[in-house]
Amino acid sequence: MPKTHITMKVNGAEVEGLVESRTLLVHFIRENLAMTGTHIGCETTHCGACTVDIDGMSVKSCTMFAVQAQGSDITTIEGMANADGSLSALQEGFRMMHGLQCGFCTPGMIMRAHRLLKENPQPTEDEVRMGISGNICRCTGYQNIVKAIQYAAAKINGVEFREAAE
Amino acid sequence: MNDMTPTREQREAKLEGMGCKRKRVEDIRFTQGKGNYVDDVKLPGMLHGDFVRSPHAHARVKKIDDTEALKVPGVLAVITAETLKTVNLAWMPTLAGDVQMVLADGKVLFQNQEVAFVVATDRYAADDGINKVVVEYEPLPPLIDPFKAMDKDAPVLREDLAGKTTGAHGPRKHHNHIFEWTVGDKDLTDAAFRKAEVTFKEMISYHRTHPSPLETCQCVCSFDKIRGELTIWGTFQAPHVIRTVVALIAKLPEQKIHVISPDIGGGFGNKVGAYPGYICAAVASIVTGKPVKWVEDRIENLTATSFARDYHMTTEIASTKEGKVTGLRVHVLADHGAFDACADPSKWPAGFFNIVTGSYDFPTAHLSVDGIYTNKAPGGVAYRCSFRVTEAAYCIERAMDILAQKLGMDPAELRLKNFIKPEQFPYHSALGWEYDSGDYATAMKKAMETVKYSELRKEQSALREAFKRGETREIMGVGVSFFTEIVGAGPSKNCDILGIAMFDSCEIRLHPTGAGIARVGSKSQGQGHETTWAQIIATEIGIPADDIMVEEGNTDTAPYGLGTYGSRSTPVAGAAIAMAARKIKAKAQMIAAYKLEVHEDDLEWDIDGFRVKGLPEKTMSMKDICWAAYNSVPPGMEPGLEAVSYYDPPNMTYPFGAYICVMNIDVDTGVYKVRRFYALDDCGTRINPMIIEGQVHGGLTEAFAIAMGQEIRYDADGNVVTGSFMDFFMPTAVETPHWETDFTVTPSPHHPIGAKGVGESPNVGGVPAFSNAVNDAFSFLGSTHIQMPHDYWRNWKAAKDLGAVA
Repeated sequence: MPKTHITMKVNGAEVEGLVESRTLLVHFIRENLAMTGTHIGCETTHCGACTVDIDGMSVKSCTMFAVQAQGSDITTIEGMANADGSLSALQEGFRMMHGLQCGFCTPGMIMRAHRLLKENPQPTEDEVRMGISGNICRCTGYQNIVKAIQYAAAKINGVEFREAAE
Repeated sequence: MNDMTPTREQREAKLEGMGCKRKRVEDIRFTQGKGNYVDDVKLPGMLHGDFVRSPHAHARVKKIDDTEALKVPGVLAVITAETLKTVNLAWMPTLAGDVQMVLADGKVLFQNQEVAFVVATDRYAADDGINKVVVEYEPLPPLIDPFKAMDKDAPVLREDLAGKTTGAHGPRKHHNHIFEWTVGDKDLTDAAFRKAEVTFKEMISYHRTHPSPLETCQCVCSFDKIRGELTIWGTFQAPHVIRTVVALIAKLPEQKIHVISPDIGGGFGNKVGAYPGYICAAVASIVTGKPVKWVEDRIENLTATSFARDYHMTTEIASTKEGKVTGLRVHVLADHGAFDACADPSKWPAGFFNIVTGSYDFPTAHLSVDGIYTNKAPGGVAYRCSFRVTEAAYCIERAMDILAQKLGMDPAELRLKNFIKPEQFPYHSALGWEYDSGDYATAMKKAMETVKYSELRKEQSALREAFKRGETREIMGVGVSFFTEIVGAGPSKNCDILGIAMFDSCEIRLHPTGAGIARVGSKSQGQGHETTWAQIIATEIGIPADDIMVEEGNTDTAPYGLGTYGSRSTPVAGAAIAMAARKIKAKAQMIAAYKLEVHEDDLEWDIDGFRVKGLPEKTMSMKDICWAAYNSVPPGMEPGLEAVSYYDPPNMTYPFGAYICVMNIDVDTGVYKVRRFYALDDCGTRINPMIIEGQVHGGLTEAFAIAMGQEIRYDADGNVVTGSFMDFFMPTAVETPHWETDFTVTPSPHHPIGAKGVGESPNVGGVPAFSNAVNDAFSFLGSTHIQMPHDYWRNWKAAKDLGAVA
């Protein structure tokens, strides 16, 4: 099958590759770029484990061809830590609030939360729940994920995080 | 002492031992996308395998033509049952004593059954190859309704069993019958029913569903022809068992099989069994000499690997007029699908379903279970529960509500009246278990007080009156559930898997600098073992949890263990960890005595080391003992500080809990709103409250899914109609209710640290709480039992059937 040469920016670095037109973006990221933090949970756009950030939007990378990402600017979970290598506010929030268990949905969840907080820097619980409703988690029951995202929002905004009473 | 000397509290806190909400060590890598899951394993020259699957539920396979497939660029081989027969692997044994086709051998018995395995250079080429394999089928009549399985003229599903009147669990009554399992005193129970003032009979179904972890089942097999060694990376909840099974069925020497479970993206029972994909990938690697990866997609996961439940439970309770239960009789029709691939301890064809007397003091009970074959996927795994315990808890908790309704009693009051009392423990149940400890009434009353139970009932009465007056279209239900789990399989006297006793194990090595590694026979799939196992060790031997690395999942390095499922890790592996730590502590005490020049008996333990009794300033810390273990042990003692423990539990553990769900339902739309869900769990000693709370949240969410809509449903032709996340209810953050958690602590008297296990309790207790809430809401309209799952449509249908909707 003929291959197409593609270039894009991933986590700040220019990358290129030769792909079939049918190659899914998630496979390009995982197989060609060897960045395996982006996961595949359903291949039908339901679970969100493959969520990455493309040109300022959350995108499920299992439902986009790699060739469609030609020239775009992509951030994956591997690009989420602070410049000094420490955990970003969101990564720290997930750890502090116990917002993950098996860790399989976590990269997609963090990537979605990253964009959500850009769209809405101080979301309410309902807004967080709606905002991550394209991402499925089987372990946590979401309650601590909501807290994790609110923890990160507070930290980014420089305000004190207060856990809502049960 | 100067100001720099840490206080006792500071020393205690530094350990981050049991009871501490220690943050998870796993999260550092998981939050950065640096976990290592099976699909992340990439080996040089690795090939990909994928399945041709049956579109039919029941058909004869007339011909498989791979000519065109082999012409597809990148396709290297097409493996069929004929290929597998050359290595005697066309069929494989199941954990339940049955056999299962690895690839279709003459016929297919369920939709999406594995028919051929295409091996190619990458996953796209494998998929191209699948599309070019031509399979000729002759459709046969499918058997879907379990209640018709034992009809005289029912189609014969398992031709391989023709003439076999005895199966792994005794006589077979019919060609589609697998086993009959009975427990309890039939005569005594029948007599109790004859004498009873009140009885009822209800068929309570627990529908077929699926554990569906976010990561599907997958493996990478790599056979080294020169060394004759097979390495398998797989999504295995029980890697050692897989190694032994591979050794037995592939006739490979067990020391040459290396099984590695890396990070696992959730299991919930789905990853206990052995699946055709593992066998085919291993055979493909042996045939091609290259590593072969097999990764299931979601549709394959939902339709072919390991369903859960599918129990149809005809339930009767005998009682006095005052509501004292006098007998329980349950018959289960268990739909096992095409092969009996239940993942239960080998001697337990219906798992521990005989916990069905629940938390109540039944003087007598009788249980019989008939397992049958249908044209559905095999499985019968414990989806976030101990073996068949969720089915049992649902059965008895629904039944107690039905009895309460019949007696006109409050369901919580009926439970309080019949609870096993604290002084009755250890309690011998009518169906053969010895409950270790419990204080049920305290837990129930705490739950009722917290949710202001009596006020809820008043509110419900008022709303019902308003509904009858036509002032509202909403109805309200209060779902009460009080479950007793049985976990921690299990004692070697009654639990084994293929003859291997269900112990578990731990090896601890302490290094000279006071750090160490613990290797454990369990395997975390998200439970956080790397965090909590170190906490047990920290408390036991005074080494900070941060200084203990926990490793699981590599069969070459971990001691033999039976893996993680059925909430067995804390009860069994957790005990092994404590016992290994205590062996180390005993040796450490001898070293400390030698160094401090006192008798061992003159030493006492103090948080993180030993001190001389009566001389609190004369101490030796564990850290210093570690160093001494490598240079100045007492004469005659071997140097080093390590220990191994294999723990064979004397009994199961019996966690329990009281759950209350408050729900409103709009009768015109069936739309429900969970107003409140309160879950009180008693799992004995609590190792990490943060992780317990997280597990309860997750288990309740899965319970919510199952009770309110999650189902593997077949149409009359045997097509799966809920085969993707579009149709299979998978709650998002929007649908998922808010959870309130609480606890009491009743330690297990026989467990070294008193812990009982908790991961699965919320699923066991949660499902009946939701279902009871729905049933309670509708009960005043005249219903006694509405089958799950309670999705909007079924709620609306119930309202319509009861005349509440025109």
